[in-house]
Amino acid sequence: MSKPAAEEPLHYDDALLRRILTNAKTIAMVGASPDWVRPSNFAMKYLQRKGYRVIPVNPGHAGKDILGETTYACLRDIPDKFDMVDVFRTSDAAGAIADEAIEVAANKGAQVLWMQLGVRDDAAAERAAAAGVTVVMNRCPKIEYGRLFGELGWSGVNTGIISSKRRKPGP
Amino acid sequence: MNDKPKKALSPSPAPSPAAGEYGIETLAIHAGASPEPVTGARNTPIYQTTSYVFEDVEHAADLFNLQTFGFIYSRLTNPTVAVLEERMAALEGGRAAVCAASGHAVQFLAFFTLLEPGDEFISSLNLYGGSITQFGHSFKRLGWTCHFVDPTNPENFQKALTPKCKAIFIEVLANPGGIVLDVEPIVAIAREAGIPLIVDNTMATPYLCRPMEWGADLVVHSTTKFLSGHGTSMGGALIESGKFDWARDGKFPTMTEPDPAYHGLTFYETFGDFGFTMKARTVALRDFGPAMSPANAFYTITGIESLPVRMERHVANAQKVAKFLDAHPAVDWVSYAGLKNSPYHALAKKYLPRGAGSVFTFGLKGSPKGGYEAGIRLVETVNLFSHLANVGDTRSLILHPASTTHRQLTDEQRHAAGAGPDVIRLSVGLETADDLLADLDQALG
Ligand SMILES: Cc1ncc(COP(=O)(O)O)c(C=O)c1O
Repeated sequence: MSKPAAEEPLHYDDALLRRILTNAKTIAMVGASPDWVRPSNFAMKYLQRKGYRVIPVNPGHAGKDILGETTYACLRDIPDKFDMVDVFRTSDAAGAIADEAIEVAANKGAQVLWMQLGVRDDAAAERAAAAGVTVVMNRCPKIEYGRLFGELGWSGVNTGIISSKRRKPGP
Repeated sequence: MNDKPKKALSPSPAPSPAAGEYGIETLAIHAGASPEPVTGARNTPIYQTTSYVFEDVEHAADLFNLQTFGFIYSRLTNPTVAVLEERMAALEGGRAAVCAASGHAVQFLAFFTLLEPGDEFISSLNLYGGSITQFGHSFKRLGWTCHFVDPTNPENFQKALTPKCKAIFIEVLANPGGIVLDVEPIVAIAREAGIPLIVDNTMATPYLCRPMEWGADLVVHSTTKFLSGHGTSMGGALIESGKFDWARDGKFPTMTEPDPAYHGLTFYETFGDFGFTMKARTVALRDFGPAMSPANAFYTITGIESLPVRMERHVANAQKVAKFLDAHPAVDWVSYAGLKNSPYHALAKKYLPRGAGSVFTFGLKGSPKGGYEAGIRLVETVNLFSHLANVGDTRSLILHPASTTHRQLTDEQRHAAGAGPDVIRLSVGLETADDLLADLDQALG
């Protein structure tokens, strides 16, 4: 995790994040690590357990297996369709990944560009948004999934969710 | 990365209704506690269980590796305790919290997570006596050195700083009473030094003061006091703001270096703004074991639901009792920051605008020796006030600190902590105010 960007804080409506995490089924994770103590590996494993297919993208490990999935060198190389790109790289690398995501979006069916906690590139986000791709920055899909679907509070984290309704389980 | 767009991104990120936007009364009742999803039980159940069934071997492995959220064993997490933890984080405006069996236990968890043997920290002298003993004696045996300073001059914190200092610890509203610290300059000193400011907010509660709004990085509570509120349950809470940069200058290897106890996991990198809480829970709480019981969490959750209305009455009653004592011919002095003649009145107005708490001290005429005897007589003659060592009960409480809570200290420490031989401490409860005045009047006789 690089340090969160110093720009003004980002706000995403809980309903938007819930919709993204409910609609997405397959996620391309750029920067997925084969090392099991790395945060990307944690997130990949967690999302797999929640029923998502996560396709690892990492040029250093192309062709190798990470958590049962073949790793690809870049988004273009992925043969299957995917709904979302999760950027597990530094902010400096996010722009190029965003441009690649925009380029393959129509072909691969990708509708969401999600940049990890600490990753933010406002200009890239604007380009993606202009191309019709929904953008989330400086958030972790694992933490947001846990927060929105009732698991994060188990670790004493302030989820910000106040509700008198029965909680619906996650997708 | 460079040019920041002025207009909102599409789809426009709307502000989410964060818990911070709800009033404290709402948070006190709702934060952390939604209906139980399977049965619909509206009140938080007491999950009186030690352990939790794994879905399968893989799930068990994920839990032990901290790769997923969930329950293993109630020494680490328990669903009832988790409700209290999230509620405490919400009330203090923090990111996350971990509870433990007592206030002293969370203080230990906090420092164990911050310090290596040989490290140092600075603490205000005006603390609950038990904390002075914990820091000065028991912590010393673990290789941690505490430098105590007079907090009424914030420069003293600056002067006491050493390269090995890893934290500053204060009570903004101090026990036994009457003293309010100027938090802002102390925050500035901690920031400059790159170390966290820890505030024990037990005496004020988040209803009267939210230290994180002034820049505190960690808040600790003895939930035993006003939070549980009815003298029923021991407990403690440690809350992290989520804003402290643990990686700034390599001072906190426990947060930023791979942890051998977790196969080389790095807590700050993996858990980000709730990494400190995760570390305190999964290392300090796991390995030393002072877990809060689910039943005590339940009583504390129930107590917190009425915290705002109770605190309103606590401070109103305390104000009346302090005024009465201040005008009483048998009373030498009253140290309550809610009184206009208190040197801390202006600070109380700034940091505790809803009231200066309900615990304060006073001395009887004939001080110090004659005051001592008159104090003992008073403690033994009251009828409504209970003579015991606690604060923050519905019942009014009375104590002679020099012979009880502050007994282990030296004369000098006692004096510095505001617990000299003539001092009487009150914790004003929720009885009819006139009855409290009448009781004190007959006892002062
Ligand atoms: C200000 C303060 N901090 C900490 C503590 C210790 O808490 P506990 O008794 O729950 O361990 C107390 C107890 O009196 C206290 O008054």
